Amino acid sequence: MKTGTLFDPLQVTGRSAVDTAAQIGRWGGLVLDSFRALPRVRTWGPLLLGQMARVGVNSVPIALFIATFTGVVMALQASYTFTGAVPIYFVGTLVGKTMILELGPVLTGLALSGRVGANIAAELGTMRVTEQIDALETLAYDPVAYLVVPRVLAGIIMFPAVVILATAIGIVAGWGTSLELLDMSTPEFMKGLRLFFDPWDVQFAAIKSLSFGFTVTSVGCFFGFTTTGGAEGVGGSTTRAVVVSSMVILVLDAFWAATLL
Amino acid sequence: MDDVHKAFGPNRVLRGFSLEVTDGETLAVVGQSGTGKSVALKHMVGLLKPDKGSVWVDEQNLGDLDLEGLYRIRRKVGYVFQFAALFDSLTVAENVGMGLKRMKGWGKDDIRDRVRECLELVELTGMEDHHPAELSGGQKKRAGLARAIATQPDYLLYDEPTTGLDPVTTTVIDRLIIRTREELNVTAVVITHDMDSAYRVADRIGMLHEGVIRFMGTPEEIQACEDPVVRGFIEGKPELLQEEAV
Repeated sequence: MKTGTLFDPLQVTGRSAVDTAAQIGRWGGLVLDSFRALPRVRTWGPLLLGQMARVGVNSVPIALFIATFTGVVMALQASYTFTGAVPIYFVGTLVGKTMILELGPVLTGLALSGRVGANIAAELGTMRVTEQIDALETLAYDPVAYLVVPRVLAGIIMFPAVVILATAIGIVAGWGTSLELLDMSTPEFMKGLRLFFDPWDVQFAAIKSLSFGFTVTSVGCFFGFTTTGGAEGVGGSTTRAVVVSSMVILVLDAFWAATLL
Repeated sequence: MDDVHKAFGPNRVLRGFSLEVTDGETLAVVGQSGTGKSVALKHMVGLLKPDKGSVWVDEQNLGDLDLEGLYRIRRKVGYVFQFAALFDSLTVAENVGMGLKRMKGWGKDDIRDRVRECLELVELTGMEDHHPAELSGGQKKRAGLARAIATQPDYLLYDEPTTGLDPVTTTVIDRLIIRTREELNVTAVVITHDMDSAYRVADRIGMLHEGVIRFMGTPEEIQACEDPVVRGFIEGKPELLQEEAV
Protein backbone atom coordinates (compact mmCIF):
# COMPACT_ATOMS: atom_id res chain seq x y z
CA MET A 1 0.00 0.00 0.00
CA LYS A 2 1.37 3.40 -0.99
CA THR A 3 1.44 5.99 1.74
CA GLY A 4 2.65 9.56 1.93
CA THR A 5 1.78 10.53 -1.61
CA LEU A 6 0.46 13.91 -2.63
CA PHE A 7 -2.97 12.36 -3.02
CA ASP A 8 -3.11 10.96 0.45
CA PRO A 9 -6.05 12.98 1.82
CA LEU A 10 -4.88 12.59 5.40
CA GLN A 11 -1.45 13.89 4.57
CA VAL A 12 -2.79 16.81 2.56
CA THR A 13 -5.27 17.74 5.29
CA GLY A 14 -2.62 17.38 7.98
CA ARG A 15 -0.10 19.48 6.10
CA SER A 16 -2.73 22.13 5.42
CA ALA A 17 -3.68 22.22 9.11
CA VAL A 18 -0.04 22.53 10.18
CA ASP A 19 0.57 25.30 7.62
CA THR A 20 -2.50 27.18 8.78
CA ALA A 21 -1.48 26.85 12.43
CA ALA A 22 2.01 28.09 11.54
CA GLN A 23 0.56 31.06 9.65
CA ILE A 24 -1.67 31.95 12.62
CA GLY A 25 1.36 31.70 14.88
CA ARG A 26 3.41 34.02 12.64
CA TRP A 27 0.50 36.48 12.41
CA GLY A 28 0.32 36.41 16.23
CA GLY A 29 4.06 37.14 16.31
CA LEU A 30 3.57 40.19 14.10
CA VAL A 31 0.71 41.42 16.30
CA LEU A 32 2.93 40.96 19.37
CA ASP A 33 5.75 42.87 17.66
CA SER A 34 3.24 45.64 16.89
CA PHE A 35 2.38 45.95 20.58
CA ARG A 36 6.08 46.05 21.41
CA ALA A 37 6.57 48.78 18.79
CA LEU A 38 3.84 51.01 20.26
CA PRO A 39 6.28 52.98 22.45
CA ARG A 40 8.15 54.07 19.27
CA VAL A 41 5.73 56.95 18.83
CA ARG A 42 8.36 59.05 17.03
CA THR A 43 8.41 56.43 14.27
CA TRP A 44 4.70 55.81 13.72
CA GLY A 45 3.20 59.03 15.06
CA PRO A 46 3.91 61.25 12.03
CA LEU A 47 2.45 58.60 9.70
CA LEU A 48 -0.82 57.96 11.54
CA LEU A 49 -2.89 60.82 10.09
CA GLY A 50 -1.92 59.92 6.53
CA GLN A 51 -2.88 56.30 7.09
CA MET A 52 -6.17 57.33 8.70
CA ALA A 53 -6.96 59.28 5.54
CA ARG A 54 -6.01 56.35 3.30
CA VAL A 55 -7.80 53.69 5.36
CA GLY A 56 -10.82 55.75 6.41
CA VAL A 57 -11.51 58.89 4.42
CA ASN A 58 -10.68 57.30 1.06
CA SER A 59 -12.98 54.38 1.88
CA VAL A 60 -16.01 56.56 2.54
CA PRO A 61 -17.31 56.66 -1.08
CA ILE A 62 -17.43 52.86 -1.50
CA ALA A 63 -18.87 52.39 2.00
CA LEU A 64 -21.60 54.96 1.37
CA PHE A 65 -22.38 53.50 -2.06
CA ILE A 66 -22.91 50.04 -0.57
CA ALA A 67 -24.87 51.36 2.41
CA THR A 68 -27.19 53.48 0.28
CA PHE A 69 -28.28 50.60 -1.93
CA THR A 70 -28.49 48.23 1.01
CA GLY A 71 -30.81 50.67 2.78
CA VAL A 72 -33.00 50.95 -0.32
CA VAL A 73 -33.21 47.17 -0.76
CA MET A 74 -33.87 46.57 2.93
CA ALA A 75 -36.83 48.96 2.91
CA LEU A 76 -38.31 47.42 -0.24
CA GLN A 77 -37.84 43.83 0.93
CA ALA A 78 -39.25 44.62 4.38
CA SER A 79 -42.31 46.17 2.80
CA TYR A 80 -42.71 43.16 0.48
CA THR A 81 -42.42 40.77 3.44
CA PHE A 82 -44.66 42.71 5.84
CA THR A 83 -47.49 43.71 3.51
CA GLY A 84 -50.80 42.57 4.95
CA ALA A 85 -49.20 40.78 7.87
CA VAL A 86 -47.24 43.28 9.94
CA PRO A 87 -47.82 47.03 10.40
CA ILE A 88 -45.88 48.94 7.76
CA TYR A 89 -43.95 51.02 10.32
CA PHE A 90 -41.97 47.86 11.07
CA VAL A 91 -40.08 48.71 7.88
CA GLY A 92 -38.28 51.35 9.94
CA THR A 93 -37.56 48.78 12.65
CA LEU A 94 -36.11 46.27 10.23
CA VAL A 95 -34.04 48.81 8.32
CA GLY A 96 -32.63 50.30 11.53
CA LYS A 97 -31.93 47.05 13.37
CA THR A 98 -30.38 45.19 10.45
CA MET A 99 -28.31 48.14 9.28
CA ILE A 100 -26.92 48.84 12.76
CA LEU A 101 -26.44 45.30 13.98
CA GLU A 102 -25.41 43.46 10.84
CA LEU A 103 -25.39 44.93 7.37
CA GLY A 104 -23.64 48.22 8.12
CA PRO A 105 -20.63 46.67 9.89
CA VAL A 106 -20.36 43.44 7.89
CA LEU A 107 -20.87 44.78 4.36
CA THR A 108 -18.58 47.72 5.05
CA GLY A 109 -16.04 45.37 6.61
CA LEU A 110 -16.12 43.06 3.60
CA ALA A 111 -15.88 45.95 1.15
CA LEU A 112 -12.95 47.42 3.06
CA SER A 113 -11.20 44.08 3.27
CA GLY A 114 -11.08 44.29 -0.53
CA ARG A 115 -10.11 47.94 -0.72
CA VAL A 116 -7.91 48.42 2.34
CA GLY A 117 -6.62 44.88 2.96
CA ALA A 118 -5.65 44.34 -0.67
CA ASN A 119 -4.01 47.75 -0.83
CA ILE A 120 -1.92 47.13 2.29
CA ALA A 121 -0.88 43.62 1.24
CA ALA A 122 0.08 44.75 -2.27
CA GLU A 123 2.00 47.79 -1.03
CA LEU A 124 3.95 45.99 1.70
CA GLY A 125 4.41 42.93 -0.52
CA THR A 126 5.99 45.10 -3.20
CA MET A 127 8.16 46.76 -0.57
CA ARG A 128 9.25 43.33 0.64
CA VAL A 129 10.20 41.91 -2.77
CA THR A 130 11.96 45.11 -3.84
CA GLU A 131 13.98 45.10 -0.58
CA GLN A 132 12.48 48.38 0.61
CA ILE A 133 11.68 46.79 3.98
CA ASP A 134 15.29 45.59 4.24
CA ALA A 135 16.36 49.14 3.36
CA LEU A 136 14.26 50.49 6.23
CA GLU A 137 16.02 48.11 8.60
CA THR A 138 19.47 49.14 7.39
CA LEU A 139 18.48 52.76 8.08
CA ALA A 140 17.80 51.71 11.69
CA TYR A 141 14.01 51.92 11.36
CA ASP A 142 11.82 49.32 13.02
CA PRO A 143 9.71 48.24 10.02
CA VAL A 144 6.90 47.08 12.28
CA ALA A 145 6.71 50.49 13.95
CA TYR A 146 7.02 52.28 10.62
CA LEU A 147 4.72 50.19 8.44
CA VAL A 148 2.44 48.02 10.57
CA VAL A 149 1.56 50.10 13.63
CA PRO A 150 0.20 53.18 11.81
CA ARG A 151 -1.89 51.03 9.45
CA VAL A 152 -3.37 48.86 12.20
CA LEU A 153 -4.10 51.86 14.43
CA ALA A 154 -5.69 53.65 11.48
CA GLY A 155 -7.90 50.59 10.89
CA ILE A 156 -8.94 50.40 14.53
CA ILE A 157 -9.77 54.11 14.65
CA MET A 158 -11.33 54.60 11.23
CA PHE A 159 -13.36 51.44 10.62
CA PRO A 160 -15.90 52.26 13.38
CA ALA A 161 -16.19 55.83 12.06
CA VAL A 162 -16.76 54.67 8.48
CA VAL A 163 -19.22 51.99 9.60
CA ILE A 164 -21.26 54.39 11.72
CA LEU A 165 -21.40 56.88 8.85
CA ALA A 166 -22.34 54.16 6.36
CA THR A 167 -25.01 52.79 8.69
CA ALA A 168 -26.53 56.22 9.11
CA ILE A 169 -26.59 56.76 5.37
CA GLY A 170 -28.14 53.31 4.87
CA ILE A 171 -30.93 54.19 7.29
CA VAL A 172 -31.46 57.53 5.57
CA ALA A 173 -31.67 55.70 2.22
CA GLY A 174 -34.24 53.31 3.71
CA TRP A 175 -36.21 56.26 5.05
CA GLY A 176 -36.13 58.02 1.65
CA THR A 177 -37.24 54.83 -0.07
CA SER A 178 -40.08 54.40 2.41
CA LEU A 179 -41.30 57.94 1.69
CA GLU A 180 -40.92 57.85 -2.06
CA LEU A 181 -41.72 54.26 -3.02
CA LEU A 182 -43.71 52.79 -0.12
CA ASP A 183 -46.03 55.72 0.60
CA MET A 184 -44.99 55.74 4.22
CA SER A 185 -44.78 58.94 6.23
CA THR A 186 -41.77 60.12 8.19
CA PRO A 187 -43.55 59.65 11.56
CA GLU A 188 -44.40 56.05 10.58
CA PHE A 189 -40.79 55.28 9.65
CA MET A 190 -39.46 57.00 12.79
CA LYS A 191 -41.94 55.12 14.96
CA GLY A 192 -40.62 51.83 13.65
CA LEU A 193 -37.00 52.98 13.88
CA ARG A 194 -37.40 53.94 17.54
CA LEU A 195 -39.49 50.92 18.48
CA PHE A 196 -36.71 48.48 19.37
CA PHE A 197 -33.79 50.91 19.22
CA ASP A 198 -31.24 50.33 21.94
CA PRO A 199 -28.14 52.55 22.25
CA TRP A 200 -26.18 49.39 23.00
CA ASP A 201 -26.73 48.36 19.36
CA VAL A 202 -24.53 51.23 18.22
CA GLN A 203 -21.81 50.25 20.69
CA PHE A 204 -22.12 46.68 19.47
CA ALA A 205 -21.64 47.85 15.86
CA ALA A 206 -18.64 49.95 16.90
CA ILE A 207 -17.00 47.03 18.74
CA LYS A 208 -17.58 44.75 15.76
CA SER A 209 -16.20 47.23 13.26
CA LEU A 210 -13.20 47.95 15.47
CA SER A 211 -12.38 44.24 15.43
CA PHE A 212 -12.89 44.18 11.65
CA GLY A 213 -10.52 47.13 11.26
CA PHE A 214 -7.88 45.35 13.31
CA THR A 215 -8.39 42.15 11.32
CA VAL A 216 -8.28 43.67 7.85
CA THR A 217 -5.20 45.81 8.49
CA SER A 218 -3.20 43.28 10.52
CA VAL A 219 -3.93 40.45 8.06
CA GLY A 220 -3.03 42.73 5.13
CA CYS A 221 0.22 43.72 6.85
CA PHE A 222 1.01 40.09 7.66
CA PHE A 223 0.59 38.82 4.11
CA GLY A 224 2.46 41.83 2.74
CA PHE A 225 5.34 41.34 5.16
CA THR A 226 5.68 37.64 4.40
CA THR A 227 5.55 37.99 0.62
CA THR A 228 8.16 36.08 -1.31
CA GLY A 229 8.95 35.96 -5.02
CA GLY A 230 8.11 38.70 -7.45
CA ALA A 231 4.88 39.99 -8.97
CA GLU A 232 3.26 36.57 -8.61
CA GLY A 233 4.07 36.55 -4.90
CA VAL A 234 2.56 40.01 -4.46
CA GLY A 235 -0.58 38.91 -6.31
CA GLY A 236 -0.86 35.79 -4.14
CA SER A 237 -0.44 37.79 -0.94
CA THR A 238 -3.08 40.27 -2.01
CA THR A 239 -5.59 37.53 -2.77
CA ARG A 240 -4.84 35.71 0.49
CA ALA A 241 -5.20 38.93 2.49
CA VAL A 242 -8.68 39.57 1.07
CA VAL A 243 -9.88 35.97 1.37
CA VAL A 244 -8.56 35.43 4.89
CA SER A 245 -9.72 38.76 6.28
CA SER A 246 -13.20 38.27 4.75
CA MET A 247 -13.44 34.84 6.36
CA VAL A 248 -12.26 36.15 9.72
CA ILE A 249 -14.79 38.99 9.52
CA LEU A 250 -17.62 36.46 9.15
CA VAL A 251 -16.27 34.34 12.02
CA LEU A 252 -15.93 37.43 14.23
CA ASP A 253 -19.45 38.48 13.26
CA ALA A 254 -20.80 35.20 14.60
CA PHE A 255 -18.51 35.39 17.65
CA TRP A 256 -19.68 38.86 18.67
CA ALA A 257 -23.33 37.91 18.10
CA ALA A 258 -22.89 34.88 20.34
CA THR A 259 -21.00 36.69 23.08
CA LEU A 260 -22.41 40.22 23.19
CA LEU A 261 -26.09 39.92 22.25
CA MET B 1 32.26 36.66 9.75
CA ASP B 2 33.35 33.46 11.42
CA ASP B 3 32.36 30.02 10.13
CA VAL B 4 28.90 31.16 9.06
CA HIS B 5 26.44 28.55 7.86
CA LYS B 6 23.11 29.49 6.32
CA ALA B 7 20.53 27.30 4.59
CA PHE B 8 17.15 28.06 3.06
CA GLY B 9 15.27 24.78 3.29
CA PRO B 10 17.45 22.12 1.67
CA ASN B 11 19.58 24.75 -0.08
CA ARG B 12 22.80 25.15 1.93
CA VAL B 13 24.03 28.55 0.77
CA LEU B 14 26.86 29.36 3.18
CA ARG B 15 28.86 26.39 4.45
CA GLY B 16 31.47 27.77 6.81
CA PHE B 17 31.90 31.22 5.31
CA SER B 18 34.62 33.24 7.04
CA LEU B 19 35.71 36.74 6.12
CA GLU B 20 37.68 39.47 7.85
CA VAL B 21 37.57 43.03 6.59
CA THR B 22 40.38 45.40 7.58
CA ASP B 23 39.65 49.03 8.49
CA GLY B 24 39.83 51.37 5.53
CA GLU B 25 40.03 48.72 2.82
CA THR B 26 37.62 47.98 -0.01
CA LEU B 27 37.05 44.26 -0.24
CA ALA B 28 35.24 42.77 -3.22
CA VAL B 29 33.49 39.42 -2.93
CA VAL B 30 33.05 37.81 -6.34
CA GLY B 31 31.42 34.60 -7.42
CA GLN B 32 28.83 33.13 -9.71
CA SER B 33 25.21 34.20 -9.43
CA GLY B 34 23.38 32.24 -6.77
CA THR B 35 26.46 31.37 -4.72
CA GLY B 36 25.28 33.40 -1.72
CA LYS B 37 27.19 36.67 -2.04
CA SER B 38 24.17 38.80 -1.19
CA VAL B 39 23.23 36.38 1.60
CA ALA B 40 26.68 36.89 3.11
CA LEU B 41 26.31 40.67 2.84
CA LYS B 42 22.92 40.65 4.55
CA HIS B 43 24.50 38.82 7.49
CA MET B 44 26.95 41.70 7.93
CA VAL B 45 24.18 44.10 8.89
CA GLY B 46 21.95 41.62 10.70
CA LEU B 47 19.27 41.36 8.00
CA LEU B 48 19.83 37.61 8.12
CA LYS B 49 20.89 35.56 11.10
CA PRO B 50 23.34 32.69 10.67
CA ASP B 51 22.19 29.14 11.41
CA LYS B 52 25.66 28.57 12.83
CA GLY B 53 28.71 30.77 13.27
CA SER B 54 28.97 34.43 14.19
CA VAL B 55 29.16 37.89 12.66
CA TRP B 56 31.23 40.56 14.38
CA VAL B 57 31.14 44.31 13.77
CA ASP B 58 33.32 46.59 15.91
CA GLU B 59 34.08 43.66 18.20
CA GLN B 60 30.38 43.08 18.86
CA ASN B 61 28.70 39.80 17.98
CA LEU B 62 25.50 40.74 16.15
CA GLY B 63 23.85 37.60 17.52
CA ASP B 64 24.24 38.90 21.08
CA LEU B 65 22.68 42.29 20.41
CA ASP B 66 19.11 43.32 21.16
CA LEU B 67 17.17 45.42 18.63
CA GLU B 68 18.54 48.71 19.96
CA GLY B 69 22.09 47.37 19.86
CA LEU B 70 21.54 46.24 16.29
CA TYR B 71 20.24 49.70 15.34
CA ARG B 72 23.35 51.29 16.87
CA ILE B 73 25.49 49.11 14.61
CA ARG B 74 23.29 49.79 11.59
CA ARG B 75 23.73 53.53 12.04
CA LYS B 76 27.43 52.95 11.33
CA VAL B 77 26.70 51.01 8.15
CA GLY B 78 25.47 52.20 4.77
CA TYR B 79 23.91 49.59 2.49
CA VAL B 80 23.60 50.03 -1.26
CA PHE B 81 21.02 47.60 -2.59
CA GLN B 82 21.23 45.76 -5.89
CA PHE B 83 18.12 47.45 -7.27
CA ALA B 84 18.54 50.55 -5.09
CA ALA B 85 15.44 49.75 -2.95
CA LEU B 86 14.38 53.39 -2.95
CA PHE B 87 11.06 54.10 -1.27
CA ASP B 88 8.55 54.56 -4.11
CA SER B 89 6.32 56.98 -2.27
CA LEU B 90 9.11 59.38 -1.32
CA THR B 91 11.09 61.85 -3.40
CA VAL B 92 14.82 61.42 -3.97
CA ALA B 93 15.56 64.02 -1.29
CA GLU B 94 13.26 62.31 1.21
CA ASN B 95 14.89 58.96 0.43
CA VAL B 96 18.37 60.34 1.00
CA GLY B 97 17.37 62.11 4.20
CA MET B 98 15.51 59.12 5.63
CA GLY B 99 18.40 57.78 7.73
CA LEU B 100 19.28 61.23 9.06
CA LYS B 101 15.82 61.62 10.59
CA ARG B 102 16.72 58.77 12.95
CA MET B 103 19.85 60.51 14.17
CA LYS B 104 20.03 62.95 17.05
CA GLY B 105 21.01 66.55 16.41
CA TRP B 106 19.84 66.76 12.81
CA GLY B 107 17.35 69.56 12.18
CA LYS B 108 15.40 70.05 8.97
CA ASP B 109 17.90 72.56 7.59
CA ASP B 110 20.86 70.28 8.43
CA ILE B 111 19.16 67.37 6.68
CA ARG B 112 18.37 69.48 3.60
CA ASP B 113 22.00 70.65 3.37
CA ARG B 114 23.38 67.15 3.85
CA VAL B 115 21.00 65.73 1.23
CA ARG B 116 22.12 68.39 -1.25
CA GLU B 117 25.77 67.58 -0.46
CA CYS B 118 25.25 63.85 -1.01
CA LEU B 119 23.33 64.34 -4.23
CA GLU B 120 26.12 66.58 -5.46
CA LEU B 121 28.66 63.86 -4.65
CA VAL B 122 26.73 61.32 -6.74
CA GLU B 123 26.03 63.89 -9.46
CA LEU B 124 22.27 64.01 -8.97
CA THR B 125 21.98 67.70 -8.21
CA GLY B 126 18.58 69.02 -9.22
CA MET B 127 16.84 65.64 -8.84
CA GLU B 128 15.71 66.27 -5.26
CA ASP B 129 12.00 66.42 -6.03
CA HIS B 130 11.87 63.52 -8.47
CA HIS B 131 10.32 60.20 -7.48
CA PRO B 132 12.25 56.92 -7.99
CA ALA B 133 9.95 55.93 -10.88
CA GLU B 134 11.24 58.93 -12.82
CA LEU B 135 14.90 57.87 -12.54
CA SER B 136 16.98 55.68 -14.85
CA GLY B 137 18.66 52.53 -13.50
CA GLY B 138 22.00 54.31 -13.06
CA GLN B 139 20.36 57.29 -11.35
CA LYS B 140 18.55 54.96 -8.96
CA LYS B 141 21.83 53.29 -8.03
CA ARG B 142 23.42 56.68 -7.43
CA ALA B 143 20.44 57.82 -5.34
CA GLY B 144 20.78 54.58 -3.34
CA LEU B 145 24.46 55.36 -2.81
CA ALA B 146 23.60 58.91 -1.72
CA ARG B 147 21.14 57.48 0.83
CA ALA B 148 23.77 55.06 2.12
CA ILE B 149 26.46 57.73 2.62
CA ALA B 150 24.13 60.42 4.00
CA THR B 151 24.57 59.25 7.58
CA GLN B 152 28.37 59.35 7.20
CA PRO B 153 28.79 55.65 7.94
CA ASP B 154 32.03 53.95 8.89
CA TYR B 155 31.20 51.00 6.65
CA LEU B 156 29.60 50.73 3.24
CA LEU B 157 28.16 47.54 1.85
CA TYR B 158 27.49 47.43 -1.89
CA ASP B 159 25.27 44.67 -3.28
CA GLU B 160 25.98 44.30 -7.01
CA PRO B 161 26.36 48.04 -7.55
CA THR B 162 26.98 47.75 -11.30
CA THR B 163 24.70 44.87 -12.27
CA GLY B 164 22.46 45.71 -15.21
CA LEU B 165 24.23 48.94 -16.07
CA ASP B 166 25.85 49.90 -19.35
CA PRO B 167 29.69 50.08 -19.41
CA VAL B 168 29.80 53.86 -19.12
CA THR B 169 27.44 53.99 -16.14
CA THR B 170 29.36 51.07 -14.60
CA THR B 171 32.56 53.12 -14.77
CA VAL B 172 30.74 56.11 -13.27
CA ILE B 173 29.54 53.98 -10.33
CA ASP B 174 33.01 52.47 -9.86
CA ARG B 175 34.52 55.95 -9.75
CA LEU B 176 31.90 56.95 -7.18
CA ILE B 177 32.85 53.97 -5.01
CA ILE B 178 36.51 54.99 -5.19
CA ARG B 179 35.67 58.65 -4.58
CA THR B 180 33.48 57.75 -1.63
CA ARG B 181 36.32 55.78 -0.08
CA GLU B 182 38.80 58.59 -0.64
CA GLU B 183 36.54 61.38 0.60
CA LEU B 184 34.78 59.60 3.44
CA ASN B 185 37.50 57.10 4.37
CA VAL B 186 35.03 54.25 4.73
CA THR B 187 35.62 50.53 4.90
CA ALA B 188 33.69 48.87 2.10
CA VAL B 189 32.55 45.44 1.00
CA VAL B 190 31.49 45.19 -2.63
CA ILE B 191 29.53 42.19 -3.85
CA THR B 192 29.88 41.77 -7.59
CA HIS B 193 30.35 39.29 -10.39
CA ASP B 194 31.83 41.97 -12.62
CA MET B 195 35.58 41.29 -12.51
CA ASP B 196 36.55 44.54 -14.28
CA SER B 197 34.65 46.44 -11.64
CA ALA B 198 36.28 44.40 -8.85
CA TYR B 199 39.78 45.10 -10.24
CA ARG B 200 39.01 48.82 -10.36
CA VAL B 201 37.57 49.34 -6.89
CA ALA B 202 39.01 46.64 -4.63
CA ASP B 203 42.13 46.42 -2.50
CA ARG B 204 41.45 42.70 -2.01
CA ILE B 205 39.19 40.26 -3.79
CA GLY B 206 37.65 37.15 -2.27
CA MET B 207 36.00 34.51 -4.40
CA LEU B 208 32.97 32.74 -2.97
CA HIS B 209 32.46 29.22 -4.25
CA GLU B 210 30.23 26.50 -2.82
CA GLY B 211 29.50 28.46 0.35
CA VAL B 212 33.08 29.25 1.37
CA ILE B 213 35.78 31.73 0.38
CA ARG B 214 37.80 29.80 -2.18
CA PHE B 215 40.44 32.45 -2.77
CA MET B 216 41.48 35.72 -1.15
CA GLY B 217 44.10 38.11 -2.49
CA THR B 218 44.87 41.36 -4.24
CA PRO B 219 43.58 42.01 -7.77
CA GLU B 220 47.05 41.09 -9.06
CA GLU B 221 47.11 37.87 -7.08
CA ILE B 222 43.72 36.70 -8.30
CA GLN B 223 44.74 37.37 -11.90
CA ALA B 224 47.81 35.21 -11.37
CA CYS B 225 45.93 32.47 -9.48
CA GLU B 226 46.27 28.96 -10.94
CA ASP B 227 43.22 27.49 -9.21
CA PRO B 228 41.02 26.18 -12.06
CA VAL B 229 37.83 27.29 -10.29
CA VAL B 230 39.13 30.84 -9.93
CA ARG B 231 40.45 30.84 -13.50
CA GLY B 232 37.17 29.41 -14.77
CA PHE B 233 35.26 32.24 -13.12
CA ILE B 234 37.47 35.19 -14.05
CA GLU B 235 37.97 33.96 -17.61
CA GLY B 236 34.32 32.99 -18.00
CA LYS B 237 35.03 29.31 -18.69
CA PRO B 238 32.26 27.20 -17.15
CA GLU B 239 33.98 23.97 -18.23
CA LEU B 240 36.73 24.61 -15.65
CA LEU B 241 34.13 24.97 -12.90
CA GLN B 242 32.37 21.81 -14.09
CA GLU B 243 35.62 19.82 -14.08
CA GLU B 244 36.07 20.83 -10.49
CA ALA B 245 32.55 19.67 -9.65
CA VAL B 246 33.27 16.27 -11.28
